[in-house]
Amino acid sequence: MGKDSRLILDPLADNNPITIQVLGICSALAITAELEASIVMSISVLFVLGIGNVVISLMRNIIPSKIRIIVQLIVVATLVIIVDLVLKAFAYELSKTLSVFVGLIITNCIIMGRFEAFALGNSPWRSFLDGIGNALGYGVILIIVGFFRELLGSGTLLGFPVLGDPIEKTGLYAFGYENNGFMLLSPMALIVVGIIIWIQRSRNKALIED
Amino acid sequence: MEQRTDKNSYTIIFAIGMVLVVGALLAFLASSLKPIITENERLEKQQNILYAMGVNANEGTSATFVSTDEAPELFDQYIKQQLEVQGGKIVENDQAYLIDVKKQQANAKNGEVRKLPLFVGEKDGKTFYIAPIRGKGLWDAIWAYVALDKNMVVQGAYFDHKGETPGLGANIKQRFFMDDFIGEHLLSDSGTFKGINVAKGNADPKNNNKTDNEVDAIAGATITGDGVTAMIKKDLKLYLPYFETLKGN
Repeated sequence: MGKDSRLILDPLADNNPITIQVLGICSALAITAELEASIVMSISVLFVLGIGNVVISLMRNIIPSKIRIIVQLIVVATLVIIVDLVLKAFAYELSKTLSVFVGLIITNCIIMGRFEAFALGNSPWRSFLDGIGNALGYGVILIIVGFFRELLGSGTLLGFPVLGDPIEKTGLYAFGYENNGFMLLSPMALIVVGIIIWIQRSRNKALIED
Repeated sequence: MEQRTDKNSYTIIFAIGMVLVVGALLAFLASSLKPIITENERLEKQQNILYAMGVNANEGTSATFVSTDEAPELFDQYIKQQLEVQGGKIVENDQAYLIDVKKQQANAKNGEVRKLPLFVGEKDGKTFYIAPIRGKGLWDAIWAYVALDKNMVVQGAYFDHKGETPGLGANIKQRFFMDDFIGEHLLSDSGTFKGINVAKGNADPKNNNKTDNEVDAIAGATITGDGVTAMIKKDLKLYLPYFETLKGN
């Protein structure tokens, strides 16, 4: 039991895919300008990684080692396309929100990384937990970054203005506060992730590599 | 001992088998879901056109369409005429909303006559002319439905995109951007076609000046904004001859 729960809990903090394994950085930069997009992306990855890890784990004894990377890629791509098609047919609105993420999920290094490092050598149930854990760890960072970028960059959260109206000059803006447009650009995502890594390692010295 | 899965023959057979299984699965799924997807797209088009002429379920600051159940009925009720403009020729075509703007743009490149769909809608005694336009954003296609009055003043607009960056370019489908276009003039004071510029740092963020042919751009979405400007300039200009004929009457 203890061992299984660590599969979920470890990636949330001490073995976080973004801040420690440094996987999935690309999508963390691309879509965190809004909190909503961060949440949607986290859920999509949770779904694909959970199922993908199980599929790969079930196939682990029959996959030829020479072409295992290609097989993994095909599994991710197929899963994502199936999800996309089904959504387009039965949840059209949702599929439009997701369209831009489809390509980003396929190329997300976390997915390939977990297939290769975990699912190929572990049972389906443990792989499932590992997938969920890593996707949650990824989601936590994405949501933190998305929160700060949307708040400081646009003055909104999930699209709702929380700091007042910048044009009518109400709320904080009445005191001369301005949105920082730079927060909306990807370099600031990297800096926010950097600050998270800094805080995390200064609290747990064991994480610092030489 | 060599493992069974390391053999070349096994690898090749596995690869072929996998491709066949995955290919068949995806092909089956795609073709069996296609009718439902096409129907969804058709309804969405009707919702978009209705949205542009102000038939929508907007509440607060978010853009909301009429529901998919109501769309066909409302479409019949509000859209009085569907036209197909081909050069100087104007034909009535009650399936004009099925014309694929993308395909027509490709046709025009090959020197064929481009069919321009135009929808004439009526609401509260006002006549709207709704034109679908299409262009390029930063990553992929962007398109819009623009409702004009007979003097080519924008009465409403709906923008959409295929894959612009969420939070930046993707905001062209937010109301704070689309609503800025309402009331903007496409023509200059002297009556020549000027289009509408998505302008950075224009001195009019509240968009009070409707005849400056400018709306305020979105920060961090310069290329998408330029795409919108170009799309309006290029595609809406094609309708100019039709609006000239309206003046004659």
